[in-house]
Amino acid sequence: MNIYVLLKKTFDTEEKIAVSNGQIEDDGAEYIINPYDEYAVEEAINQRDAHGGEVTVVTIGDEDSEKQLRTALAMGADKAVLINTEDDLEDGDQFTTAKILEAFFDEKDVDLILAGNVAIDEASGQVGPRLAERLDIPYVTTITGLKIDGNTVYIDKDVEGDLEKVETTLPVLVTCQQGLNEPRYPSLPGIMKAKKKPLEELEIDDLDLDEDELEPKTKTIEIFLPPEKEAGRVLEGELDAQVKELVSLLRNEAKVL
Amino acid sequence: MSDKLLVIGETRDGSLRNVTFEAIAAAKKINADGEIVGVICGDDDLESQANEMIHFGADRVVTVKHDNLKTYTSEGYGQAVLAVMNEESPDGIVMGHTAIGKDLTPKLASKLEIGLISDATEIEADGDKVVFTRPIYSGKAFEKKIVTDDVTFATIRPNNIPALDRDESRTGDITAMDVDVTDIRTVIKEVIRKASEGVDLSEAKVIVSGGRGVKSADGFKPLHELADLLGGAVGASRGACDAEYCDYSLQIGQTGKVVTPDLYIACGISGAIQHLAGMSNSKVIVAINKDPEANIFNVADYGVVGDIFEVIPLLIEEIKKMKEEVKA
Repeated sequence: MNIYVLLKKTFDTEEKIAVSNGQIEDDGAEYIINPYDEYAVEEAINQRDAHGGEVTVVTIGDEDSEKQLRTALAMGADKAVLINTEDDLEDGDQFTTAKILEAFFDEKDVDLILAGNVAIDEASGQVGPRLAERLDIPYVTTITGLKIDGNTVYIDKDVEGDLEKVETTLPVLVTCQQGLNEPRYPSLPGIMKAKKKPLEELEIDDLDLDEDELEPKTKTIEIFLPPEKEAGRVLEGELDAQVKELVSLLRNEAKVL
Repeated sequence: MSDKLLVIGETRDGSLRNVTFEAIAAAKKINADGEIVGVICGDDDLESQANEMIHFGADRVVTVKHDNLKTYTSEGYGQAVLAVMNEESPDGIVMGHTAIGKDLTPKLASKLEIGLISDATEIEADGDKVVFTRPIYSGKAFEKKIVTDDVTFATIRPNNIPALDRDESRTGDITAMDVDVTDIRTVIKEVIRKASEGVDLSEAKVIVSGGRGVKSADGFKPLHELADLLGGAVGASRGACDAEYCDYSLQIGQTGKVVTPDLYIACGISGAIQHLAGMSNSKVIVAINKDPEANIFNVADYGVVGDIFEVIPLLIEEIKKMKEEVKA
């Protein structure tokens, strides 16, 4: 099976966010594989081990993105592709990303594409479904289970807490939800092997794309931080008196009861 | 300027979800003078839902009824809504940022090669431009976005843009459109209800949330009781989910759901930065925790230092008493 994983690097979830000059401050920030994409990498490896084939991880990014790709290779992916847009694109949105990926997948023989449900930075969740639509293959979002039998695909899909049993066929694109699996940590031999695994670097010229075609359809005009939440009141006294006071405050001061 | 705005309605168990009415209000914010056209899909009679959309501000509604639209699938609803879009050529489209909204709207945007602003929490018209505010990094920051193309397409986060007042005297045309919904490659074989009846986490006005301090699956019982009493939903921290006290679908935080209820009651939650990202934009936060040094107190409006298994029963009792008094 030809299995592809769409991967994005994101800030470590521990990172505090700061804004300078209207941009998210990324100096010295620690990057990780987007946590939802880790489920995708893990699932891709499991499916390959069950059905044979090859796992290719694909990312759009800059030269620093190699680190996350190597991590995915160390987990067990076979090949990696970095589409480096650093020199060519100033701006992009989900339209741009899907368009680049569409060009990448053009004429590729694909059985399964896995992506994260959302990236924890931009959190739009658009790229997976957008790409599937461009490739004219079915997609199922927020999956928590995946079984492939011949050409038939059995999926557990999380829908706001309910579970849908979905059936579809290959090729298919899925986006991964928490609960699908437990992503493994790269082993030391895995890390050693990853250094020698193939990592192909492409630029948008290599994909026969023109910068004009990639013009984003939306634009960010401002980035700001929410007002600092001030610590409120910690109530005092006997516990039952505190609870009485709390209910009264919620009713009369906060007006939420 | 967006003259004609399409609002994609969403039903749950036969009734429209509140976020659909919020989406109508959002469309009004995009253009107060625009014509608002509702769309509803289903396999049953859709007239009462159509009228409900009109009562909440839609000018007219297009319904698409087909056997293949009984349960939502991206392919079925995609075909139906695209047919309506082709017929109406709207200048703007709005839908709720729900499981269905998140699944359907990127497909439509991709098909039409247009932009899409997902998960907006605020909309302001600024001259010719419409500015959308949306959280990024799970609410650790916000961005303002505009559409640079002709068609404005956005999903809105539930609970942030208030619906207009219901006005039963409003009337409008309801048109049934015939769409042949075929070639469905993805079939839903079964839906297993796991979520608690009633209130969905993303739409809940009150959330009672538990962390490791809840100690067991059984420990969530008093939280459910409190949530039921307040007409709210139960959530959880990653710690509680990892410890298997509850399902991952309840998880609130940077992975998991980002919520903004009117009242968030954090029970036995320490307040890791990833959890705070998912809930710190709630309007009022109450923290109950044994540890006075817990980080959650730094974002709480009101804090009670104590054992949740002592505090919650007292709280339930006190709220019941208050409700009795209000009734009297």
